[in-house]
Amino acid sequence: MSERLLDVDNVEVEYHGHGLRGKPFKALKGVSLDIRPGETVGLVGESGSGKTTLGRAMLGLAPVTGGAITYNGRDISHLNRAQRRELASDIQVVFQDPYTSLNPALTIQQILTEPLTVRKVGKAEAARRVRELLDKVHLPPDAGQRLPREFSGGQRQRIAIARALALSPRLIVCDEPVSALDLSTQARVLTLFREIQDSTGVAYLFISHDLAVVRHLSHRVAVMYRGEIVEWGDGDQVTAHPQHPYTQKLFLAAPVPDPVAQEKRRADRRRLQAALAS
Amino acid sequence: MTAATLPPDAVPDVQTLEQTAHASLFRRLLKNPTGVASLAFLVILVVLGIFATVLAPHDPNVANATNILQKPSGTYLLGTDGSGHDVLSRLLVAIQPTLEAAALAVGVAAVLGITAGLISGYYGKWFEAASSWTASLLMALPGIVVLLAARAVIGPSMLWTMVVFGIILSPAFYRVVHTEVSGVKHELYVDAARVSGLSDARIISRHILTVVRAPAIILAAGVAGIAIAIEAGLDFLGLGDLSRPTWGGMLNDAFSHIFTAPLGLLWPSLAIALTCISLTLLANALRDELERSGTPGRRRRRAAGPVSIRREPVVTHDDPAAAAAGEELLHVTDLAVGYDQPDGSVKTVVHDVSLSIHRGEVHGLIGESGSGKTQTAFAIMGLLPSGGRVAGGSIIFEGTDLAALSGRQMTGLRGAKIAYIPQEPMSNLDPTFTIGSQITEPMRVILKIGRAEARERALKLLARVGIPDPERTFNAYPHQVSGGMAQRVLIAGAVSCNPDLLIADEPTTALDVTVQAEVLDLLRDLEAEYHMAVLLVTHNFGVVADLCDTVSVMQNGRIVETGPARSIFADPRHPYTRSLFAAILEDSEPRGPLTPRELQP
Repeated sequence: MSERLLDVDNVEVEYHGHGLRGKPFKALKGVSLDIRPGETVGLVGESGSGKTTLGRAMLGLAPVTGGAITYNGRDISHLNRAQRRELASDIQVVFQDPYTSLNPALTIQQILTEPLTVRKVGKAEAARRVRELLDKVHLPPDAGQRLPREFSGGQRQRIAIARALALSPRLIVCDEPVSALDLSTQARVLTLFREIQDSTGVAYLFISHDLAVVRHLSHRVAVMYRGEIVEWGDGDQVTAHPQHPYTQKLFLAAPVPDPVAQEKRRADRRRLQAALAS
Repeated sequence: MTAATLPPDAVPDVQTLEQTAHASLFRRLLKNPTGVASLAFLVILVVLGIFATVLAPHDPNVANATNILQKPSGTYLLGTDGSGHDVLSRLLVAIQPTLEAAALAVGVAAVLGITAGLISGYYGKWFEAASSWTASLLMALPGIVVLLAARAVIGPSMLWTMVVFGIILSPAFYRVVHTEVSGVKHELYVDAARVSGLSDARIISRHILTVVRAPAIILAAGVAGIAIAIEAGLDFLGLGDLSRPTWGGMLNDAFSHIFTAPLGLLWPSLAIALTCISLTLLANALRDELERSGTPGRRRRRAAGPVSIRREPVVTHDDPAAAAAGEELLHVTDLAVGYDQPDGSVKTVVHDVSLSIHRGEVHGLIGESGSGKTQTAFAIMGLLPSGGRVAGGSIIFEGTDLAALSGRQMTGLRGAKIAYIPQEPMSNLDPTFTIGSQITEPMRVILKIGRAEARERALKLLARVGIPDPERTFNAYPHQVSGGMAQRVLIAGAVSCNPDLLIADEPTTALDVTVQAEVLDLLRDLEAEYHMAVLLVTHNFGVVADLCDTVSVMQNGRIVETGPARSIFADPRHPYTRSLFAAILEDSEPRGPLTPRELQP
């Protein structure tokens, strides 16, 4: 159980300010967590908390200015493009917006073949693999011939998942992958995420602002607030008995879809607010 | 595996797909009258240019001193010039060098501008600063002066002059490409390609060049026209190569005989003007066709086709509190909303919707995207997008049927009696006005109060909706406040004229949960304070549970279940409502820690 796939140790990310005298902005202020093989780590926080930045830092899309990200014992926080390219088959991504994460000018076939061609996979083999991927995310095999605009949001997200799976990665960073979807679509896509994890043993960093989604999917949960992790532990512990005041506030703010329970939660939230104010 | 039935050769080649995309633009261009005309002219011009030496009836360089300034005749179709050259032959022979020179200028400009634009747009950093500075410098230089200076240095070579001109024109390409690339660079699919391990060269050629291609082609056609005009101008001034016939040179010759043979001016002018005009028109046609892609053609006047309305029974829960409720404010009966289609038919998006809202009641309209909930709300406000109209039923508000009111009468009601809170606070505030002026203006119009009084009321309202420093927010511009604050401002604006009915369309969807909780509290308090009726459109069951007294569940433009919130949450009866409740994760078990079994799949 102590085996770690990815280790985030005291990571800082700082962006330059705008212009010459712009103040630099620290998006992450020393964040630490780890992900085990086959595990889902949920990352909860509000907008601007730095949760997306942490995911982007793991993917090499945000500059790590302090600390280290270690993958399989190797420091990956400052890789160059060529080294990063090798890591593409290990760490992949599914973004939030299914509308801008697929190039509208390319067919699904072209989108899914893209990562494979980098690996110098032959044309016939790539076509076979694309059909396999489409099957895995429950899309019809003829989907490859069509353009992204012909698909609904949920289907596009399936395509994005298929693209992430193309190179059989061991970790997928999922950045709000279901927040743009309708409730029933969301449930089906989440089921797909679990199904894929069960069959491939892939690990997820699951970033979301929706506590219910994170609790449903995550083995362990980290709560971020203003560039720091304020609470981190087993999913049922963190979501059922939050210790940090911010986590408590966050959880009580989410309305329960039940008028009776929500009335109670509202009262609890007001009590906590009063307690925090005094 | 089902996919195995597909033969491997059914996978289309990447190349052919891109070609079809290209071909369709070309085909669209052929359907555009301007495009066809300008393209046809240019094609004829090129053909004439290629076969000029064969087609020319006379040797263009033979000057016949006995035949100067002849009028058009059988021998000399367009007459002769001041040295006795045949005008038609010279016009034809001049085509090729003219087009070559223009192509050279465009080529140099495009290669320089596109390359620099791609590199600086994609990589940024010092190259972006340096190239933007260079581009600004080149644009600031007076082109014709530079060309004259260049001519003094390199001599009367039109080729080199055009290379220099190409450099001067390159910022046009640079600017366009740089803007496009900087925009597309942050698209998520470019990030995804990077994570997939694609090299920069591949990302640029696959994802970036495709975006740049269309604007670059349009620009090239326009720039070619400019190049031809400038080239003719230089030749006219006598700065070009005098040994060959050129349109500009012919214009010069004709100009010196303008009083004896004015007709001579017409032919070279016509050649230059027609070529430049068709290049510009071609550029316009290309742009039109590219921008039109995906939008349907012109809408014909409707023949008011039949509206198909599906009527199905609605699952209705008894409302024991109905008798005790306040005055009924809004009563919608059998509302249908249709959109006129180009073929004269009507697409119905809301079928047979009936609901009623009492004073002091919050009515939730819940459904997934495309269920018609927002269309219903907009129909009540009389704000359906163009093409949409109330196709049936009535909307009785305080005794009047809103569906029958004129646009003018509706305008009088909105703001005064019916207020609206939108989903996206930021896009509903005008960035060019201060928040204060946007709140006070409706009050001054509707309540007919003075500036000072409106200001005082606005400050009170801002304080009421929980804005910490009302004075500062009053004077601030929308971009200076957060999304949560902007939504409070819009709520303040909505209640500023004491409305009877408040329509809130996903008022908290764009907000963080902690802010959402505060805004929901605020809405609840204001509803009680102003004793309004509220129609709350949302997709979030938590929001409904928090705020709503009654709920209507919508699916495919119909209300499938309606009743008191508590009753529906306790006992959902319609299969669709049940499926929605089943998709809620709130009461699902947490997943718990990773077990060793899960580790070895």
